[in-house]
This record gives sequence, structure tokens and C-alpha cells, in this order.
Amino acid sequence: MTDLRRDTRTRVMQPARMVGIVGYGAYLPRFRLPASEISRVWTEGQSSLPVQEKAVAGPDEDVVTMSIEAARNAIMRAGVDPQDIGAVWIGSESHPYAVKPTATIVAEAIGAVPHTQAADWQFACKGGTEAMQAAIAFVGSCMSDYACAIGMDTAQGRPGDALEYTAGSGGAAFLLGPADKSVAVVEGTYSFVTDTPDFWRRSNANYPQHGQRFTGEPAYFRHITSAAERLMDEMGTVPQDYDFAVFHQPNSKFPGRVGRYLGFTSAQLEVGLLAPEIGNVYAGSALVGLTAVLDSCDPGDRGLLVSFGSGAGSDAFQLRISDQPLDFPDVVPSTRDYLERRTTIDYSTYTRYRGKLALE
Amino acid sequence: MSTIQDVFVIGTGQTAVGEHWGISLRHLAWKAVKQALESSGLERPDAIFVGNILAPRISQQHNLGTLLADFCGFRGVEAITVEASGASGGAAVRQAMLALRSGEIGTALVVGVEKMTDKVGPEVTAALAAGADSDWELVQGVTAPAMAALIMRRYMHDYGVHRDEFADFALNAHYNAQANVDAMFRNGLDLKQYVQAGIVASPVNIFDGAPDADGAAALVLSSEPGELRPGLSVRVASSSLVTHTLALHDRRDVLSFEAARLSAERAFQQAGITPDQIDLAELYDRFSIYAVLSLEACGFARRGEGWRLARNSGVGRNGQLPISTFGGLTARGNPGGATGVYQMVEVTRQLAGMAQDNQVAGAKWGLAQCLGSSGATAVTHILDGTNRN
Repeated sequence: MTDLRRDTRTRVMQPARMVGIVGYGAYLPRFRLPASEISRVWTEGQSSLPVQEKAVAGPDEDVVTMSIEAARNAIMRAGVDPQDIGAVWIGSESHPYAVKPTATIVAEAIGAVPHTQAADWQFACKGGTEAMQAAIAFVGSCMSDYACAIGMDTAQGRPGDALEYTAGSGGAAFLLGPADKSVAVVEGTYSFVTDTPDFWRRSNANYPQHGQRFTGEPAYFRHITSAAERLMDEMGTVPQDYDFAVFHQPNSKFPGRVGRYLGFTSAQLEVGLLAPEIGNVYAGSALVGLTAVLDSCDPGDRGLLVSFGSGAGSDAFQLRISDQPLDFPDVVPSTRDYLERRTTIDYSTYTRYRGKLALE
Repeated sequence: MSTIQDVFVIGTGQTAVGEHWGISLRHLAWKAVKQALESSGLERPDAIFVGNILAPRISQQHNLGTLLADFCGFRGVEAITVEASGASGGAAVRQAMLALRSGEIGTALVVGVEKMTDKVGPEVTAALAAGADSDWELVQGVTAPAMAALIMRRYMHDYGVHRDEFADFALNAHYNAQANVDAMFRNGLDLKQYVQAGIVASPVNIFDGAPDADGAAALVLSSEPGELRPGLSVRVASSSLVTHTLALHDRRDVLSFEAARLSAERAFQQAGITPDQIDLAELYDRFSIYAVLSLEACGFARRGEGWRLARNSGVGRNGQLPISTFGGLTARGNPGGATGVYQMVEVTRQLAGMAQDNQVAGAKWGLAQCLGSSGATAVTHILDGTNRN
């Protein structure tokens, strides 16, 4: 194993020209399945609940429709002509097609075609932040002025499995562009990746498998702490320098625990911590948390974003909010609007909406 | 007339019990072997006996005898794997004892090694369940906790014992594990936590059962006395392996661990001592009901009375009969085929006065007993620490 302490090279990535977020948009479906419903059906109400409830996509929703909603919100906030978007990249582990891109459908729907890059990304729960790093590089190298990175999922959970309590639907879109037009500048980003088989879904399998307790310390905690510590070390920052921090949120507990380990307070984490209300929205998890923070942050705030994807890796970003007050059109729904737009469903409705009944 | 060789423990080693995801089976074993060899001063054993249950199924590795002899640098040395379900570690010690007592070899290395947690729960539970009678029991889907639940329910019914009366066994084990740096669970346990714990197979709750774990332990045995500490050697005074009915339904009385009873009886006879002379016992407390039935089988308590022994710290380190002095299977953890060797290491360290914060004061005689297949196999060893120069 590589000894990280001996590695003195600069590993934090910064593009040739500074890049930032010029627009962002969340999307959460309206349906909520309380964790107590799953416990009622599968464990006679006996299990401890990792979240209060999770967001569930409706029968006419998938990663394509949800990505379009989020991307439209991001473009409206940015006020950018979609024809200026040079790339549409979508990270998800629920792409509706195994072969045929989600990204072309989304690019067409938002008006970015035909002079654009379009591709799908997959890295479990960090496909979205991978797309974001690529978009930073794309804009930062002047290949285009704007690139749209989306993390969106309708996560699968095997009925009765521990992950069914949290596997939720939702995500966010980010339009990356030149720093001088940004609401939040990306000051540096770093990725930490190893071959760690904590969670996977084989080709043609409907549901993922996981290594139970192996998903904790060697996977989630090791990768997030390694990524966050390296980024802070190279940026010369400490947790107290940040006004907010958002970590991947597979359940209500893990983000708080990893935050405390790193030295963050719950006050720095609470605005972006949405897992108790929506579950784990996988590739959209950390990113939708970031949208909630951007909705309420103050000019000049500094923040840390760290994703985690099984398999495994973490992407860490240091962000600095623009000194100008953020001014967006009122027509764009806030993340809180989506959280409050909710309809509770029961387990049987959930099985119908998510296609969990074998009909033939 | 030929004489039977005496056998002494001249070295011990063990790894922490837990989830060793970052280390292979052979490296795990080597860590314990290295410690044991270094503590004994022996460079090359005459033979190696390896206790293991699941490597063929979990690690796709048979023939651990040769694997470890090769990996530990002992090519050319006799080596073999011994499997007897949960009693594998004790059975490996037993095979070493036979070889040493016969005079065929002069030194033996016994290694117990198990890696279970590379696979997830249901697969490990299914693999361990294969220790039962496959045609009659496993085929019904009965797992080890389910067997223990059947036995515990019967005990509660026949002797009018409430399930909470079993708490003292878990409390004692978790208390003792706090001071054991190699134990899996070191947080302690209180009665409230025990009473409120989730049920695994009614009436067995999560604290009545031992956690499946990874670990390796090693012993160096020799027919020549060796000093573990200046002026102090530990002799293996007796060794007995007994089998009985494999299937639960073939037992005339499921509340009597016949293999354990016969094995203990023969061990006491060989050692020439009686149960009341034992200063501490490492019993096979994979489930709290097993601790109770083992106490009764070994003659430490009368039938139906074993549970009473744990009252008022009777099995604590200062009690009438200390058991699970380093946490037992319940809290030290249960690394399958290594468990019987851990028990031997622990008893040896107690008799040699090397148990540090877990020390039972003045311990001179210790008993280690492990069980396989819900008590169908039992291996008992009695260790003698009275020989102080």
C-alpha cells in the first residue's frame, strides 16, 4: 500500500483558468416512503431506522426526466444560453439504458444539441462528482465556456435488504463556467481512489450486493477522510476555515461521524445534511446537499464537498462563494421547496411505482 | 513397559480477534506462529498441526498444513490440517499430543487459524451450519443459533429458568474482555443492554451468542520442559477428544453434553485431579446455554444448576470458578478453528502468571474445553502450572 505521508507531490487539481459553478439546480421527486413502512413489512417493526424516510421516484420518472428537471433549474439560475453548453455529463448508477446514453436525451431536452459533448458516467455514488471534475477540466482548459455535470439516481435496493431503507431518488445539476461568472469558485479538487469491493451490481442484476460492515471503515470512512485530509493539507486549511461541509450521505449517521472525525462541527454540516429526509440518493447525494447549502449561504463563505463512491473513491472540492450577493430568479424552486413538496406513500404503492412486482 | 512422554507448553502466540480484511489467511497465521516461536526459542518444529474449519469454503484453500509449513519456512516438516467443526483447534492440539506422547516427535507447532469475515453473514452462517448433520438437520435449514435456541428453550422449560438468568455469563465475558487487548468487544455490557438486546433465534439474543471472527493462535509444545517465565513451566496434564451423537434428535437427553462429560471425565482421570481443584476454565461459550451445559458436563455444577454458578460473580475472576477469563468466545470473539488454540494460549498465560490485567490470582490448574457441532465433539485439556522451581 502506498504510504500517503511520504507522497510529497502536489496532488490537488486546479485548472489553467479558474472555474466555478455558474448555476445549479436540485430535483427531488415528491413521493416519500417512511423507513417505518419498510420495517413494518420486513421486520415486524423491529429494526432500527437509518433515515426517517426516503424520496421515491414516481412511475413516470427516471434518471432522464429527473436530470432534465435539475438541469433546467441550473440553466435558469445561470441565465446561460443552452447552445453555449459544450458538454452534458451525467453520473448515475440508474441509467435507464445499458447501451444508449442518458446524456443525449437530456442534452436534447435542455436545448444543448447538436454542438455538444454528451456522455454518461458511472462510479457508484460518485459518478456525479466525477462528471463535475471533468467539467471543471473541460472549462478550465478552455475547450468550452460551459459544461453541465449532473449526479442523479433512482437507487435500487433489494426488497428486505438493509439498503432498501435508504436507496432513494433525486440529485442535482451544476453548470460549470468561468470563475468570473460564478456563484462559487472551485479553488481546488482532489480524488482518492482504491480497488475496494464494498458494494457492486453485476451486469444484468436488478439489485446491488454489499459487504455489510466492510462498507464502513475500509470503504466510506477511509476514502472520505483520506480525500478531505489531503485536500485540506495541500490547501493549507483546517476544518475551522470552512463555513460549511457536505459529505456523501448514505444514511443519517455516517456524515456526522466522518465530520466529527475530521474536526467539523454539526453546525457546519446541518444545512447540507438531507439524508434523514430523502435517504441516500447515490450519485446525487452529496451534490443535492450542496444545492441546499448554496440556497442559503452568505457571500464569501468557504465550503468543503466530499463525495464517496463504492468500489471505491472520494472526490473532494474546496469552494468559495462569490462576494456578490446571489441573485437568482424566483421561479426556480429551492431545494427546500422540493423537500417540502411531499406525498407519503405506503410500501405497496412503492412496490408498484418502483416496479418491484414481478408481473410475469 | 513403555512410558508416556510428558508434554509442555513452551511458547504461545495470538493475533487480535476481529475483522482482518487487510491480511491473508497465511499472513494471519504467520503473525501468531512468529510470536509463539519467538517466545519458545524453538527454530524448527518436528511437526505442525493446523486447526481450521472454513478455509476450503471461504478462502478456497485446502491443505493448510502444507501451506503454512511452506509459508512459515518449514519445508520438509510434517504438517496436516485437523477439522472437527468448532472443536478443530482443540483437536489439532490433541493430535499434537498423541504424536508427542508417543515419542515419535519431540516438538510440535499447533496453529489455529480462521478467516470468516471475507464473506458476508448468510454465507458464513450457511458454511458453519454444515457442522450439523447435513442430511437430517442442515437440510431443514437449521443453523447453529437455532440449535442453541432449541436447547436453551428446553433447559428453561425443564428447570424453570428465566431467560434473563443467562445474562451473567455474557456480562462476565464482556467485563473480562475489556482488559484483553486481543478481544473483539471491549466496551463492556450492562444488564439493561442484555435484556433489551435483539433476538437472534428465540430465546437466544445477540449477547447470548459469540461473534464470528478472524484470528490466529499458536502453541509450541515440547516433550522437554521449557520455562515460559523464569522458574515456571506449564505441563499439559491431560488430553481427551470424545465424540457422541451428531444430530440433536439422536440425543436421548439434549440437556446433557455427553461428549463434553466423557471428555472431561477422562481428562480429570488422566490428570489425577478432581473438578474442585481447577482454578479456571476456558469453556466453549459460543452460546450462553453452552457455557451452562459445559459447566454441568465437566462436573463443576450439578444437572440443572450450572446457571446458578454465574450468580454473584461466581464465574468472575475472583469467583468460585473463573471462566471466559479473557472474554471467552462471547466477547474475545469466535474465530472458528482457532478458538480451541486461543483457549489453550489463555489458560497457559493464566498458569504462567502472564495474564496481566486478566490474571486469576494464584492459578495452578486450568481446563480448556472446546465443542464442535452443538456438543457432538468435545476436546478437553487440563494444564498444570504447579511445577514452579
